[in-house]
Amino acid sequence: MSKPVIEIKNLSKSYMIGHESKAAPGTLTLRDSIAGIVKKPLELLTGHKLKKEKFWALKGINLEINQGDVVGIIGRNGSGKSTMLKVLSRIVEPTSGEIIMRGKTASLLEVGTGFHPELTGRENIYFNGSILGMKKKEIDAKFDEIVAFSEVEKFLDTPVKFYSSGMYVRLAFSVAAHLEPDILIVDEVLAVGDAAFQKKCLGKMKDVAGQGRTVLFVSHNMASVKTLCSKAIWLDQGKIINFGDINDVTDHYSRSSIVDDSSLKERPRTTPISGEAKIVEIAVANTGSQSQTIDSTKPTSINFIINSKSNINSEVILHTRITTSGQPILSFSSEFTSKTFKLKKGNNAIRCNIEPTNLSGGVYSIDCSILFAGTGLISHIDEIYDAKTFTVKDVKPQYSDTYITQREAVYYAGHTWTQG
Amino acid sequence: MQELIIKPSKKLSINFKELFAYHELFFYFAWRDVKVRYKQTSIGVIWAILQPFTQMVVFTVFFNKAAGIGTGNPAVPYAIFSFTGLLFWNFFSQSVTRASNSLVDNQSVVTKVYFPRILLPLTSTFVGLIDFAFAFIVFIGLMVFFRVSPTINSVLLLIPALLITFIAASGIGMFLSAINVKYRDVKQAVPFLIQVGLFVTPVIYPVTAIPQKYQWILYLNPMTGVINMMRSSFLDTAPINWPLTGISIAVALLSFILGVIYFKSKEREFADII
Repeated sequence: MSKPVIEIKNLSKSYMIGHESKAAPGTLTLRDSIAGIVKKPLELLTGHKLKKEKFWALKGINLEINQGDVVGIIGRNGSGKSTMLKVLSRIVEPTSGEIIMRGKTASLLEVGTGFHPELTGRENIYFNGSILGMKKKEIDAKFDEIVAFSEVEKFLDTPVKFYSSGMYVRLAFSVAAHLEPDILIVDEVLAVGDAAFQKKCLGKMKDVAGQGRTVLFVSHNMASVKTLCSKAIWLDQGKIINFGDINDVTDHYSRSSIVDDSSLKERPRTTPISGEAKIVEIAVANTGSQSQTIDSTKPTSINFIINSKSNINSEVILHTRITTSGQPILSFSSEFTSKTFKLKKGNNAIRCNIEPTNLSGGVYSIDCSILFAGTGLISHIDEIYDAKTFTVKDVKPQYSDTYITQREAVYYAGHTWTQG
Repeated sequence: MQELIIKPSKKLSINFKELFAYHELFFYFAWRDVKVRYKQTSIGVIWAILQPFTQMVVFTVFFNKAAGIGTGNPAVPYAIFSFTGLLFWNFFSQSVTRASNSLVDNQSVVTKVYFPRILLPLTSTFVGLIDFAFAFIVFIGLMVFFRVSPTINSVLLLIPALLITFIAASGIGMFLSAINVKYRDVKQAVPFLIQVGLFVTPVIYPVTAIPQKYQWILYLNPMTGVINMMRSSFLDTAPINWPLTGISIAVALLSFILGVIYFKSKEREFADII
């Protein structure tokens, strides 16, 4: 038996998180800067440093992947999927451990990396191809194929800044699709473009997988993971929970994401938060009913209990969204309705009233975050993914014996048919 | 089969084989920068000629005619004297400016794809050569106008002059670009430092404006050595002072070596903190 194509030995990656520096260096606001000017000398004088914490994005990963395996990586947001791909792509260095890759590797963490809006389609094909690791000779040889696949022949000599987003994505994917590596690392790139093109991409990816290449694939879309992959890795908090046959792992994963509802207060958060207040309870109910399953043709409400350490003078807003298999379905924000809240010390009850959603039957999950109003998306007071799951009753169309469930489609809408 | 081992890097090693494997990308980066630079401008590359030319005219009017700064040799016209300085100073200063922003400007690429990061500051300096070539056309024009005839020697000395400028600019550029990843203060500081640099480099005035025993201080600036070497050989201002030029060359080499070492030591965290 030949050696595994990818061998990962005791791989770990840690980040230092400074709790006070909420914004990335490039996005510091003037207010932050002024505060910084005052704080910095004080810190130097008193020797009080920023509170830094080590965050393990990956911890002790051991893995062997054989040639021809098409492996999906699944897990919640912040579970380490993207970090894993970045380490495998050599964009970030591991903190410890090692990886042995046998074969020519190409990674595709984004479509259109390095695309320059001022350059024409033709120029971008060459530049992007080169950045993805193709030689000029290879690009020359595949140029016509790339152009044909992208369906943008007519605009080849137009700067891509004039392209529609669809054309842009098609061109970008086409370049990537014509890489011929032994190992291909792909992150979420199929989540772009229109449905028809997505299907074409998926087909192309299947071809790639069929040629005995090894593919590592991260997606939030369970359906595409299942159609594409033969194996799956389930990551949670930087560790491998399960690795094996695709159906075993995805089943295990979807069962488990139903149970973990307990004690929101204690659950470790996967993203940096400032923690002045915490979401401690979430309940979903049809308005005026206590039933466990939701009838999506009726109004629904999500009830939050937020525990605040003290009276917070600044106003806060809440974001929440409904997801399935990690894919966002519906998003609600008090910002959309220009509503802000003031949190008192202790428990605060906040409710989001939702009109009938017409979600089809299945299990859904809720992400939620609290932010200070007007500070942008960077300074979360609390943020929790998959905080709560709830079940929506299967929808039974009036004249049909079958129920509409998530497997069919996420939404159901009443409809009529006519001819002529 | 190609085998690749990914693990935390410890020592400062430069993989020359890998650098060579990426030489195409190096030129693609340069090609893109050149292509993009003058897109949507109406006079395009003429800017590369117009800028140093205007600078020279302004310097001649204000510093030479109004303030009375000379060339140190009455036979040498001030216009071509200052242009020789500008030719190399602009190559150096523009390269340093572009190189220091190269990583941050290419943030989206740095966080999504692997390639030897050192390519970015190096291409920025390399692209400076293109502007140099255009400005050099003006220089040839001035030589014809002022009837200055170059010798074989002066043309040959162009090569080391360009090389020293390239080495000094990319060394400093690599150093600044690595700091810029963490501290965006660099972006603010560089234009200011470049402005100061113009005055501590003998672009506007001759080295002889400084008392002889302090001249070595000026030569700590690699550009002093380069500019003076070019003036001596093209314009015959004074013989080249090799011991002092040696100081400039040594500083250029040192800044290149230190630049590479600093860059390599910070390289691993670029994608994490950029």
